[in-house]
Amino acid sequence: MGAMAAVGPLLRTMALSRTFGGLEAVHAVDFRLDHGEIRGLIGPNGAGKTTLVSLICGRISPTSGSVLFRGRNITHLPSYERAGLGIAYTFQSVRIFKSLTLFENVAVSAQRPLLARMRDHVRLDGRVLAQGVDAALAAVGLEGRGSDLAGTLPYGHQRLVEIAMAIASGPELLILDEPTQGLAPDEVDGLSALLRRLAGTLTILLIEHNMPVVLDLARRITVMDRGRILAEGSPREIEANPDVRRVYLGV
Amino acid sequence: MTVLLLHLAVLALLAGLQFVVPPFQHSLLVRLMILAAYAAGYNVLLGYAGLMSLGHALFFATGMYATGLTIFYLHAGAPLAFVIGVAASLSLTAVFGVLALRATGVAFLIVTMMFAQVGYLVAIYFNQITGGDQGLVLAGRVPPIHLSGLLLPLDDPAVRYNAALAVLAVALLLNLWLTRTPAGRVLRALRGDEERVKLLGYNTFHYRLLALVLSGGISGMAGSAYALLFSYVGASFVSTLYSIYPLVSTLLGGVGTTLGPLVGASFMTYVVDIASSVTPGYLIVLGVTLVTVIRWAPDGILGRVRARWVRWLP
Repeated sequence: MGAMAAVGPLLRTMALSRTFGGLEAVHAVDFRLDHGEIRGLIGPNGAGKTTLVSLICGRISPTSGSVLFRGRNITHLPSYERAGLGIAYTFQSVRIFKSLTLFENVAVSAQRPLLARMRDHVRLDGRVLAQGVDAALAAVGLEGRGSDLAGTLPYGHQRLVEIAMAIASGPELLILDEPTQGLAPDEVDGLSALLRRLAGTLTILLIEHNMPVVLDLARRITVMDRGRILAEGSPREIEANPDVRRVYLGV
Repeated sequence: MTVLLLHLAVLALLAGLQFVVPPFQHSLLVRLMILAAYAAGYNVLLGYAGLMSLGHALFFATGMYATGLTIFYLHAGAPLAFVIGVAASLSLTAVFGVLALRATGVAFLIVTMMFAQVGYLVAIYFNQITGGDQGLVLAGRVPPIHLSGLLLPLDDPAVRYNAALAVLAVALLLNLWLTRTPAGRVLRALRGDEERVKLLGYNTFHYRLLALVLSGGISGMAGSAYALLFSYVGASFVSTLYSIYPLVSTLLGGVGTTLGPLVGASFMTYVVDIASSVTPGYLIVLGVTLVTVIRWAPDGILGRVRARWVRWLP
């Protein structure tokens, strides 16, 4: 790692493709993401955004092409090993453990980096774990709610739990699939503030339909359409791009 | 702490019961405790890893036959035969798990059922060794256990009762211990959403295998104890009925609660016992009771208690 990794991009995909039957969901995508940036990934429904990030985090495997993370080829690594390398993913639909408490939800994620040896599976330092869990809950504004059952929370809070789970393992790359979906306006503002705070310590890839949020947060935006990258640039460039305006903004 | 005390109190209650309950009930309670230990083993797989099996009789009977055959043919003592029973069920479950855990959900259920059926047919086919349907009677073949100067004959009612209690205690405390470990936390999450657990960085296959081996090992321990305490092994214990017992006990008592299997097994044992003394159609009574309880408490008796009243119940 070290110097070499810091110079190259954090993540790179090369000619990455995925077809479902006859449909080319992602077609020969070359994508790169630098350390520490918040990248917006936008595009109309069915553009291939979720498929692309699923290929990156390993939920599905590509038809062809490759994925490099910190310079290492991870194309054939299973999703759990990619998570171990520092790629965290939050689902478009909330996928938390509803029958467990908030503490347990976040602890499942927070304990993972601590399980280095076999015997850690049986016994862990409870204080170290609790610190990690409390920090993640506090980061999303749910401090002191650890004993609540996750399933009883309102939807917006469940989204926050999902994000707390994602950051609790201390990832390098956080992939968020439409995190503001279904949130109230004030909750969206809170989430934006949270992401801006997190951006200091990790890299964020943000799929988002809420344009004001993307334009506000992202330094660079990638636009996908029909499985390809249509444009990439600063928010200003993207807003001005005639192709983007045609396919996405509908102008 | 409260949780551990609760479990110890339940075990102490069962220990005290032997001095209160009339002697003719002892055998019923011994059976109840062994079946509860078996169900507690089952609960590790269904309650924590979320995998439903219809073939646990295979693991129960593996422990039972390994112990029974060792005594019958090799004239081993009870402690050695017991260890061999547990070791056999652990090994068999590990091999079975590597093969069967490629499947999950309904496919896994069917695979377990098929393997158990194979086990049943093996027990029948090799009837010259296993005694087939007739089984093997071990009475008079198990020498008393020497325990630091004490001589403990396994046909003595007090010895039987406390041996069964010890087996149940091991099963329950293993369940409780598992809920407290980081590995147990992964298992409970696994029951909710396997893909999510994978994306949090866990090789879920390893955790499902762990749950299965532990589950099979506890079930096998119960089977082994059954052979020792009832001095009998037979093919009926590999039948589907014996795979259904722990499933129903667990569902009834509360899936994923440590004491649920005990509650479920007690409930079943006593409903059957009382109903069968009244009517030969006792299975109808059992069925109606099960439907009624599940209507009231879809998460089982203790699942309901936990949701409504006692949130800290493990």
